Amino acid sequence: MRIPPRYAQNIAVVLLGGATALALAALVFIIAFVMVKGMPAVNLKFLVDSPREMGRSGGIFPAIVGSFILPLAAIAIALPAGVGTAVYLAEYTLENRITRVIRIGTDCLAGIPSIIFGLFGFIFFVTVLRMGWCILSGALTLAIMILPTVIRTSEEAIKAVPRSYREVSFSLGATQWETVWKVVLPNAVPGIMTGVMLSMGRSIGETAAVIFTAGAALRLPTSAFDSVRTMAVHFYLLAREGISLENAYGTAAVLIVSILLINAASYWLMHRFISRRAR
Amino acid sequence: MVVRWIAERAVKWVLIALAFSALASLLLIAVFIFKEGVPFIVRVGLKDFLLSSEWDPQAGRFGVFAMIVASLCVTFGAMIVGAPLGVAGAIFLNEFVSRRITRIVKPAIELLAGIPSVVYGFIGVVAVAPLIREHLGGPGLSLLCASLILGVMVLPTIMSVAADAISSVPNSYREGALALGATRWQSVRMVILKAARSGIVAGVILGLGRAVGETMAVIMVAGNTVQVPGSVLDPVRTLTTNIALEMGHATGLHRQALFATGVVLFVVIMILNALTMAAMKRGHAGK
Amino acid sequence: MNADVKIEVRNLDVFIGNTRALRGVTIDVPARSILGIIGPAGSGKTVFLRTLNRLNDLTRGFRATGRVLLDGADILAPGADVVGIRKRVGMLFALPVPLPMSIFDNVAFGPRLAGTRSRRTLRQIVESSLKAAFLWEEVKDRLNTSSLRLSGGQQQRLCLARVLAMEPEVILLDEPCSGLDPVSTARIEEALAELKARYTIILVTNNTKQAARVACNTAFFLMGELVEVGPTSKIFISPSDPRTNDYVIGKFG
Ligand SMILES: Nc1ncnc2c1ncn2[C@@H]1O[C@H](COP(=O)(O)OP(=O)(O)OP(=O)(O)O)[C@@H](O)[C@H]1O
Ligand SMILES: [Mg+2]
Repeated sequence: MRIPPRYAQNIAVVLLGGATALALAALVFIIAFVMVKGMPAVNLKFLVDSPREMGRSGGIFPAIVGSFILPLAAIAIALPAGVGTAVYLAEYTLENRITRVIRIGTDCLAGIPSIIFGLFGFIFFVTVLRMGWCILSGALTLAIMILPTVIRTSEEAIKAVPRSYREVSFSLGATQWETVWKVVLPNAVPGIMTGVMLSMGRSIGETAAVIFTAGAALRLPTSAFDSVRTMAVHFYLLAREGISLENAYGTAAVLIVSILLINAASYWLMHRFISRRAR
Repeated sequence: MVVRWIAERAVKWVLIALAFSALASLLLIAVFIFKEGVPFIVRVGLKDFLLSSEWDPQAGRFGVFAMIVASLCVTFGAMIVGAPLGVAGAIFLNEFVSRRITRIVKPAIELLAGIPSVVYGFIGVVAVAPLIREHLGGPGLSLLCASLILGVMVLPTIMSVAADAISSVPNSYREGALALGATRWQSVRMVILKAARSGIVAGVILGLGRAVGETMAVIMVAGNTVQVPGSVLDPVRTLTTNIALEMGHATGLHRQALFATGVVLFVVIMILNALTMAAMKRGHAGK
Repeated sequence: MNADVKIEVRNLDVFIGNTRALRGVTIDVPARSILGIIGPAGSGKTVFLRTLNRLNDLTRGFRATGRVLLDGADILAPGADVVGIRKRVGMLFALPVPLPMSIFDNVAFGPRLAGTRSRRTLRQIVESSLKAAFLWEEVKDRLNTSSLRLSGGQQQRLCLARVLAMEPEVILLDEPCSGLDPVSTARIEEALAELKARYTIILVTNNTKQAARVACNTAFFLMGELVEVGPTSKIFISPSDPRTNDYVIGKFG
């Protein structure tokens, strides 16, 4: 039997709309669930206190510190490499076999699961280079993980800078690098920042790549060679080993709020970027 | 003048060096994972390693067949959940609602991608697994639970890529179909899905890659028993979780076995990457 | 070499990809005067200008043969100092392109590249350049505001000041008034009339009346060829080539 087009249309709208609503509901449920269960545990003391008895009581201050130090260090490493790559691809060369190989490499790197990064970081940084579980090992591992994101967003941002700016700069006697440094990069900053924020969001929620490279120490780190525990790792250990469900929920709530803030900031930046480009 | 010329050259070489950072990292990762894993595979024999389901490190038995099956099942299950929802969401947001709603809903769903996998896993443990246990039986932590959680996790990825593909279909296609008297749904079914097909496929493969590689969420919800699952309610252990579960205490041959598991995972992911690129390329060629 | 000739172009052929944009152009550009270039769309005027400061190096598929001598030295020669040439040969584009930074920083862009660091020197250069471009009075109180907030006419004069601040020897202008109103146009022309005492100026214009007003000599380009060049009065009153005549009286274009 053939369904008349009008009915088919209505059925389709209901099904497609229902699917979309389901996805939205999942989002709302997850965030609401974590907030409702976690927020009661969160207070000032929870935020600024050190954990006690493996996190059964006390706060999560070292984990908050770790959650920001590790991604920031990773970005500090990945940003020069990623922006440098993007500048080379966009400004210093035409599309050829070499750029194609670089692009394929970047795409492949983007597809590698975080557990593989964890394995690699563990064998290479922690073991072969003898750096041990520490901030530096974790940050280097995360840096490799976010490198493709930084490269892609930076290249987009660089390509969005009008050609005429470059011509003006050259016609005023700037060299290639002076043009990049004084004209192209300053105008690409908002776009590059979007990539930085995306990477920040991804690394702050990362567990598998971090736990095998940065370790899970509960103390506040004093140097780059100290082990550190992030909120994501702390939450994982509390929840999985059943140490304290209450504090696990609290940690998750703080983590989610941090991620929401970072995401909101990156959307704001992106919109500013797009509206500026439109002008 | 000469100084400036030299500086310019130096910068260029630095940039060339940086440009190879991603490629170099990829090769470094491949070399180290393979260096640790391949000798093990050679020693045990590829066939015994891939086709045996016995994983008992204490007894020196290392077969990953059950985990390969489990990884495939979990991924397949996640796709059954995530792909229809993601593609449906992409179509609905692009074709059936106003731009204003899309501008709010799409970023909201993309936020789902930003929630850490451990949180998904936890939700699975405390909210989804008990429901499965009570209503469907079994231990709750199972293939089904992992599929549901992973499906929701990969949904935003699929939706985002599919939505971009659909919105890049030229408006004239839509108008052409509508002008011929088609309903919106007919124009979607007959014109838009065809035109955006390769982008949608690429989104699904990308989601597939994420599902295969996901670790922490799966550890928490899949139950982690090494077995070829007999039903969706059975607990399973995937390739990724096997590595994460045992990495902390493995030494010697056992550790090599985990790297060999990594090699299998690496190869699977590279095949998926190649498929994505092929799908994307077909899309460009078609346009 | 004639002391009064700033640029000698000899048999210049330019290809962009498979398009032959210039064929066999030979022309002398006299020092300290304005050479006007007229010609219909696509006749190669822009390509010609961009070859003179090697900006065409940025164009994909660009190839040039022939010689372009700036003070006797061939700027197309393989080892030529491209950056140095661009500093000596400034360029103003058809549409004003202020860089998204303050007015002051726009004008100081060239001097800073040349290594001028002293704030006081920079101030002096910025002031004198803006004055020479007849813009100083309008912006002297807001040098640190964004250049994007100026009107189109002001922006173009800012771009002229930016070129002047670099202290070039030659100034190339590519239809600098095409987007401007008559008053702004008059101000630019006023500035050019004063500048020609010190600089060698080449002015491409789609507006033949403008060439007649300000140029000392005028060249007529057609389909990549230089048809005729001579004193402006001669080109406009009694051109020797009928095609020039047709163009000047408005038969085509
Ligand atoms: N970037 C480019 N790529 C390909 N061809 C080009 C490019 N720039 C110019 N050309 C070609 O060179 C020829 C001359 O162009 P040019 O821009 O010099 O014309 P013009 O005289 O400045 O015209 P108009 O008065 O419209 O500005 C044209 O045939 C044009 O198509
Ligand atoms: Mg032109």
